[in-house]
Amino acid sequence: MRNLFPILTVLLAIVVIWYAGAVVMNSTWTQDQAERAGVELSFSEVVADTMAQDRPKLPAPHQVAAELWKTTVGKKITSKRSLVFHGWITFSATMVGFGIGTTAGILLAIGIVYNRAMDMSVMPWAIASQTIPILAIAPMIIVVLNSMGVQGLLPKAVISAYLSFFPVVVGMVKGLRAPDMMQLDLMRTYNASGAAMFWKLRLPSSMPYLFASLKVGVAASLVGTIVAELPSGAVRGLGARLLSGSYYGQTIQIWSALLAAAALAGMLVGIVGIVERMTLKRMGMAQ
Amino acid sequence: MSLAKVTEKWERWVSLLDISNFPLEHVFSFRFWAFVAGVILAAFFGWKVAAVLAVWLGMWWINTSLAASGRGSFVVPALFGLTLLGLWQLVVMLFGVPAVILPPPSAIAARFATEIPTLWVDFVQTIIKGALSGYLMGCGAAVAVAVLIDRSPFLQRGLLPVGNFVAALPIIGVAPILVMWFGFDWQSKAAVVVIMVFFPVLVNTVAGLADTTMMQRDLMKTYSASYWQALIKLRLPAAMPFIFNGLKIATTLALIGAIVAEFFGSPIKGMGFRISTEVGRLGLDMVWAEITVAALTGSAFYGLVGLIEKRVTFWHPSQRG
Repeated sequence: MRNLFPILTVLLAIVVIWYAGAVVMNSTWTQDQAERAGVELSFSEVVADTMAQDRPKLPAPHQVAAELWKTTVGKKITSKRSLVFHGWITFSATMVGFGIGTTAGILLAIGIVYNRAMDMSVMPWAIASQTIPILAIAPMIIVVLNSMGVQGLLPKAVISAYLSFFPVVVGMVKGLRAPDMMQLDLMRTYNASGAAMFWKLRLPSSMPYLFASLKVGVAASLVGTIVAELPSGAVRGLGARLLSGSYYGQTIQIWSALLAAAALAGMLVGIVGIVERMTLKRMGMAQ
Repeated sequence: MSLAKVTEKWERWVSLLDISNFPLEHVFSFRFWAFVAGVILAAFFGWKVAAVLAVWLGMWWINTSLAASGRGSFVVPALFGLTLLGLWQLVVMLFGVPAVILPPPSAIAARFATEIPTLWVDFVQTIIKGALSGYLMGCGAAVAVAVLIDRSPFLQRGLLPVGNFVAALPIIGVAPILVMWFGFDWQSKAAVVVIMVFFPVLVNTVAGLADTTMMQRDLMKTYSASYWQALIKLRLPAAMPFIFNGLKIATTLALIGAIVAEFFGSPIKGMGFRISTEVGRLGLDMVWAEITVAALTGSAFYGLVGLIEKRVTFWHPSQRG
C-alpha cells in the first residue's frame, strides 16, 4: 500500500501526457480542416476538436474508454463486435497453448535432468533457441497447418505453446537441480528410491522456479496467440481486431483491442501469481 | 516338448539377452523405450520408418557414448543438431513431403545460396536499419531514464511496478499504431523496437542501481564522493550485470519487433515483408532461408552482447568461474 500513491501519480502522469499527445498529434488534421473551410480556430476549439475526431492519430483516453465500455458491456458477448467475444477467442487459444507448452516443457526438463546425453545435446539448443526470433515463423506455421487442414484454435495454440515451452524448460531444469548436495545426501541416507527423490525433494524444490517461468511463459504465449492471429486472415480474436483496425484506419478500435490485450495479460500473470502465492504458502516456502 | 526342454530353452534365451544382469535403470532410459517403440513401429510401417529410426538411434547411441565419456561438450550438441537436420532431410525425401509444406534442408540451402543479394537487402533493411537503430536508441533511453529517476525514490516506487507490468504486456500490439504514425519505412520499425526494449532494460537498470550494500555506499561517503562520483565509480559498475541481463533479453525482442512490425506494412524489402509475401506465394524454401538469417543474426547478436558483458563485468562471480 506504501507504493499506491507513487503508482497512482505515475499513472496520472501517463494519462496527462496521453491527453497532451492527443492534442499535439491530432491538431494538424484540425488545422487542415479549418484552413480548407477558411475558418480561424481558437485554441480551445482546436483542443475540443482533437478530443472528438472520428479517426484520430492518437485517440484521447476517454474515447478509448468509451469504445471499451461500448464493446464490452454495451454489446452482447456473442456479438462479433464484442471485445469479450474476441478476448475469449484469444484467451482459449492461449490457454490451450500454454497448457501444451508447460506440460511438454516440464517433461523435457525431467528428461534433461535425468539423462546426461539429453542434457548435453538438447540444453544448448534450448538456450540458443531463446535468442532466435521464433515469432517470425508464426505466419508460416499458420499457413502450413492450414494447408494440412488444421484450422481454428489449434494453429494458434501451437505457436503459443512453442513460445511458452522454452522458458518453462530452462526454469524447470534449474529448479530440478536446485537441491544441493546436502539434501541429496540426506535422501540417500534415508535409502530413498529414485522416484521418492523426485517426488519428495526435486519436484517440491523446483516450484519457485516453475512459477517464475510460468509467469514469463503465460505472457509469452499470449503474445504468440496475438501474433498468430495476424497473418491467418483470422476474423476473430484480439490480434485480428488489431489487424482490421490497422487496415481501415480505425485507431480507436486498435487502441481498445490493445488495452483489452493488456488487461488480459495482466489478468493471466495475476492469476499465476495468486496460484504461486497460495501454493508456496501451503508448502511453507513463502517469505 | 518336455518341461525340462522348455526350461533349458528359456535359460538359453535369458543368457542370450542377459536379462538377469539387465540393469534396472535401463528400463527408465530413453534409449530402451526408443528401441522398443522403434521395433514396434518398424514392424507396422515398413522399411521407411525403420530407416529413419535406424539413423536416429545410431546418432543417439553415438551421442550417448560421447556424453558418457565426459568429453565433447561442443561435439554432442553439434551432432544433435546435425541429426535433426539429417532426419528432416530423410523424412522429407523418403515420404515425399510436398515442398509447400516442408522443404528439405538441401533445398533451403540451395535457395539461400542463390538468393544472397535479396537476403542481404532484407538484412540491411530489417536488422541494421530497423532493429539495430531501435535497439541502440531504446537501450540508451532506458539507461538514461533509470539514472534520472534514480535520485527520486518516489518515482522509483511508482515507475518500477508500472514498468514491470508493461514489460509483461504484448507490446508488439502497438506495431500497427506506430506504422500509422511513422510510415512504412524503417523508422516505424525502429520505433516499435524502442518501445519493446525500453521497459526490460529500464527495470533491470533500476534494480541494478539499487544493488550496492550499505558498506560500499558508506565507503564512498568516507571518501566524500559526490553523488555523480559515487554513481559513476560505484553504482553504475555494480549495476552492469543487471544492465547486461536486460540488454541480452532486449536483443531477441529487437529482432522480433522489427520483423513482426513489417507484417503491418513495409516497403518492398525487409525480412518480415519477404516472409509474409513468400508464405502467400508458397515459396517456403525462401521463408526458411529468411528464418535461417534471423536465427543466425539473433544468436550472433546475443553472443556479441554476451562477449561485451564478459569484458565489462569480468569481476562478477558468474564470469570468473
